Amino acid sequence: MDSTLFSYLDYAVYGTAVIVMLIGFYGAMVKKSLLKIVIGLSVIDSGLNLLIVAIGYYKGGTAPIFSQGFLENFKSVSKMTDPVPQALVLTAIVIGFGVTAVALALVIRLYRHHGTLNIDEIKNLKW
Amino acid sequence: MKKVLVILLLAVLGYYTAVTFFDIGFGQPHFVAGVKPVKDIYLAKTVKPLTVSNAVTSIVVNFRGFDTLGEVTVLFLAVTVLGSVLYKKRHAVGERSVLFNASSIVTAGSKLLFPAIILLGAYVFIHGHLSPGGGFQGGVIIATGFLLMLLAYENYSVSHTALSIVESLAGITFAGVGLLGFMHGGTFLQNFLPAGVLNNLFSGGIIPIIYIAVGFKVAAELTGVIYTVLNEKGESNG
Repeated sequence: MDSTLFSYLDYAVYGTAVIVMLIGFYGAMVKKSLLKIVIGLSVIDSGLNLLIVAIGYYKGGTAPIFSQGFLENFKSVSKMTDPVPQALVLTAIVIGFGVTAVALALVIRLYRHHGTLNIDEIKNLKW
Repeated sequence: MKKVLVILLLAVLGYYTAVTFFDIGFGQPHFVAGVKPVKDIYLAKTVKPLTVSNAVTSIVVNFRGFDTLGEVTVLFLAVTVLGSVLYKKRHAVGERSVLFNASSIVTAGSKLLFPAIILLGAYVFIHGHLSPGGGFQGGVIIATGFLLMLLAYENYSVSHTALSIVESLAGITFAGVGLLGFMHGGTFLQNFLPAGVLNNLFSGGIIPIIYIAVGFKVAAELTGVIYTVLNEKGESNG
């Protein structure tokens, strides 16, 4: 791959992940609806997962799977991208799902009690 | 005013995060020179003693197997909290809020697709050590099959008893296979089955067994979550 293109890609990949994360933070901090706050939290998750997976990639690396083609064409194991961040992100996605599920359950409970999702009307939650 | 403050705060946070990662560089080998990176050791051990094709699976289930047991426990805890927070008296359960009935195309099509989705999910978690995928992914695919059925048929119901039996059996299998390691090798989750030939279905020792158990467990838990939330009525009646 062209090296100048690659240097732009460098900024694009990390920049996208950081921007997605910041959008999530903004939504979680500014929005008034509880549902939008939960959506913001899960957007933060997505941005962080993108960031962690992007660290593990390196130029020209293949997927960390020992298929027949890999064993015939590449002899060295160091041609593979880093599988450790991918495994960590697999864990992080599952934990993110658990957090979102519990948060949504609490939102449903608050809605049942107060009849509204606006945090300004639920006085005890104001910051 | 608050928005300006938040944007300023996020600008600082974003600047420092971005600069840190731009320093690392995308696609560059960023390990300390002269030190063998941990991924090379993991990858080498994945082929030779373990004979697993998918390195991510070997890390999740073998090198970090205890961590995965904790992860499955967190998922179980989330489902339990969901059930207890959304608890209702018995007579209020079972009536789902339906905006409009599904058309006959959706009901007939989902009946046709449901076995295929279950089969795909089972394929993904049985082949977790050979190809991309695994227990968590396969379990999620199976849960989407149940979601399709629940959306298409308004009186389709899943037995909570069956779900909890499947979930408990899968959890017991995971922990039991881990405990069997004590008898054979000496540590928890020790690999004690023969490793087999690379790229065969029966390879990798205990890894396929554990990932199949994880697949059943995740499928049961996610189906439980979907069923609990779908049976939640819209009005504030509690």
